[in-house]
Amino acid sequence: MKNTSATPLGAGAKRSTPSGGLQAWLPRLVLAPSVAISLFFVYGFMLWTFVLSLTSSRMLPSYDFVGFGQYARLMANERWWVASTNLMIFGVLFVVVCLVIGALLAILLDQKIRQEGALRTIYLYPMALSFIVTGVVWKWLLNPQLGIQAMVQGWGFESFRFDWIVDPDMAIYTLVIAAVWQASGFVMALFLAGLRGIDDSIIKAAQLDGASLPRIYLRVVMPCLRPVVFSAVMILAHIAIKSFDLVVALTGGGPGYATDLPATFMYAHAFTRAQIGLGSASAMLMLGGVLAILIPYLYSELRSRKHG
Amino acid sequence: MSTFKKTTLALALAGATLATTAQANEVEVLHWWTSGGEARAANVLKELMEAEGYGWQDFAVAGGGGETAMTVLKSRAMSGNPPSAAQIKGPEIQEWGELGLLGDLNDVAEAEGWDELLPDVVADIMRHDGQYVAVPVNVHRVNWLWANPEVLDAAGVEMPTTLDELFEAGEAIREAGFVPLAHGGQAWQDATVFESVLLGGQGSEFYQQALVELDPEALGGEQMIDALEDFKRTRELMDEGMPGRDWNVATAMVIQGVAGFQLMGDWAKGEFTAAGLTAGEDYLCAAAPGTEDAFTFNIDSLAMFRVSDDEEREAQQALARLVLEPTFQEAFNLAKGSIPARPDLDMSEFDSCAQQSLADFQRTAEEGGLVPSMAHGMAVRADIQGAIFDVVTNYFNDADMPAEEAAERMVSAAEAASF
Repeated sequence: MKNTSATPLGAGAKRSTPSGGLQAWLPRLVLAPSVAISLFFVYGFMLWTFVLSLTSSRMLPSYDFVGFGQYARLMANERWWVASTNLMIFGVLFVVVCLVIGALLAILLDQKIRQEGALRTIYLYPMALSFIVTGVVWKWLLNPQLGIQAMVQGWGFESFRFDWIVDPDMAIYTLVIAAVWQASGFVMALFLAGLRGIDDSIIKAAQLDGASLPRIYLRVVMPCLRPVVFSAVMILAHIAIKSFDLVVALTGGGPGYATDLPATFMYAHAFTRAQIGLGSASAMLMLGGVLAILIPYLYSELRSRKHG
Repeated sequence: MSTFKKTTLALALAGATLATTAQANEVEVLHWWTSGGEARAANVLKELMEAEGYGWQDFAVAGGGGETAMTVLKSRAMSGNPPSAAQIKGPEIQEWGELGLLGDLNDVAEAEGWDELLPDVVADIMRHDGQYVAVPVNVHRVNWLWANPEVLDAAGVEMPTTLDELFEAGEAIREAGFVPLAHGGQAWQDATVFESVLLGGQGSEFYQQALVELDPEALGGEQMIDALEDFKRTRELMDEGMPGRDWNVATAMVIQGVAGFQLMGDWAKGEFTAAGLTAGEDYLCAAAPGTEDAFTFNIDSLAMFRVSDDEEREAQQALARLVLEPTFQEAFNLAKGSIPARPDLDMSEFDSCAQQSLADFQRTAEEGGLVPSMAHGMAVRADIQGAIFDVVTNYFNDADMPAEEAAERMVSAAEAASF
C-alpha cells in the first residue's frame, strides 16, 4: 500500500493521506463554483429581498428607500395576521398530529406482522403524491355537495354535516387533515427506521425485568428515538412554513382569505398585486420564522457533536 | 487562404446585417390568448401583419388571467429587453407609462382618427400623459345576467330587471328545486357579483364615485352599506358548494339546468357557444338586474414598448393600425365573445347578446353610465383593487361581519393600499 502514495496526482483515487499541495486544494477547487453560486443565488438574493423590503417597490423593483415602512404596513394589514395565525394553527396541529399518527403506525407495524411490506407501502404512498394532487382530491372529498357529507346524507343520515371547507372558521382545519394524510406515512417511515435501529437486547433486558409492552415503549424505546423525533419536527415544520401548493389546490386561500398562509400572502402581493416591497417584507418575516427553528437546531447539533 | 477568410467574414457580416434587418421589421407580441378560439383569433392578426410584409414573433404565455404573462413581462422589462407589444390593460398601462417604458402611437392615432373612432372613456385608458401608448382590442361587458330558460319556465319566473325581482325569482327557483344563482367562491368572482349588485342598486354615478374615484365618503356611506347588504343577500341564492369553484363550472351549472342564473362577464358566452347553444333560445342574456342603463367594461389592449430602431417602430405602428381595422376586430371578437372596440362596425355576424352589448355600449358612452370594471382591473391600480377584493370577499364569507364594518374597511383599504 505504501508505494502507491508516491505519485501525488494519481493518489487522489487511492485513499492515501492527503500530502501534496494540489491534493489539499482539489476538493476546495471542485467545490468553489458551487459555493460561489449558492452564495450568490441563495444568500445574495436573500440580501436583495431584504433590500427590496426597505423600498417602496411596487410593480418593478425600485430603490426608493422608505425604511421599515413596509413592515409597518404589514403589521397593520389584517390579512397578514390572518395568515400568520393560520400558520400557527396549521403548523402546530400538523406537526403534532403527524408525529402522533406516525409514531402509532410505526409501533403497530413494528409488531412483526404479516404483509408488513405491503402495509408500509400503502401508508407511505401519499408521500409520493404532490400536494397539488392531495389538495384536489381532498377538495372533492370535502365539498359538501360531492364528497363525504353528500355520501353520508345519501345513506339516510339527513342531518349529517361536514362542511368545514366552506366555513371560514373551520376551513383551516381541512388543510391540517389533508396535510396530515399526506405526511404521516413519511413520519411513520422515519420512526420505523428508528425503531429498527434500536438494539434488541435492550428491549429483551426490559422484558426480562418484567416491564409491560406500553411501558417498554414509553420508557425505553421513545427516549432512544429522540433524534428521530427531532428530525421529523424539523422537516414537518419546514413543510408547514413553506405550504403553498396545498392551499392553492385545496381552498385557494378561501373562503374569503380564511385559509391564507404567509407563503400565499407573499405570492399574491409580490406577483399579482404589484406590491413587491410588501411581499419582500413578508418574505423576510417568513425567513425569520425559518431561522427561529433552524438556529436552535444547528446549535443543539453542534453542541452534541462537541460533547460527542 | 486570407482572401477566403475575408470573404467568409464579409459574408458573415452581411448575413448578420440581413438578420438584423429581418428582425427589425418584426413585432414580438406578448399575450395570453392561448385557448382554442383565442389562439385562432390571434392568428388572424399574425396573418394580417405578414400580408403587409412584417414578421410576427409570437410570445404567448399560457395562464388564464395573465398573471404568469405579467411575471414574464416584468422579468423581460427588468433585463432591459421588453417585447415590442404586450397585452396590458387598464390602469396598469399608466404604471408602465410612468416607468417610461412605453412608446407613443400618436402618428397612427392621428392618421386613423382614433379620437373620433374611440369613445372618450376608452381612449383615455389608452393614453399616458396625453399620448396614445396602447390600442384597444376588444370590449367585454361585465354586468351580464345569464339564465337557463327551462329553469325559469319550471319556476314560472321572468328575467328579472331589478334586484328585488332577482331575489323574488331566486326564491321561486329554489322552491322549484334548482340553485337560483350559480357562483364560484373566488375573490374575483365575489367582486364581479359585488360590483354588478352595487351598480344595479345604487346606479352608475355612485359606482364612479366609490369604485373609480375612491371617494371616502362614498366608500363608507349609507349607499355603500345598502350595496353591501344587497350583496350579502345574493349569497342566499347560491349553493354551499361554491367556495373555490371555477367560473366556467358555475356557467356549466346554468347550461345543464342545475342553476337558473349566473352573474358573469360576457366571456361566459364562450362556454354557452362551446356547448352548442344559441343565444336567446337555449340561454338568455340580459344586463345585470337594475343596470340596463349602465355598462361595466373590461377592455383588453396591446401596449407598445419604446423601441429605438426605426423599422421596428414602423412595424409597431402597423400592428396598432391593424388591430383596430374591421377585419381583425370582427374575427377576434366573434371568437372571444366580446364586442369590437370601435363602435362603428357592422354587427350582422354577431349574436343577439353581442348586438345588444354594442348598442348599450354606444348608448351609455353618450348618455353616461359607461364605467370601468373594478373587479377586472380597469378602475383602480392592482394594489388598491387587491385591498378592496380582500374586504369584499372577507365580508361576503363572514356571516358575522356587519355591512357598516365592511364599509369602514373599504375606506381604509382605499387609503392604506398605496405607499
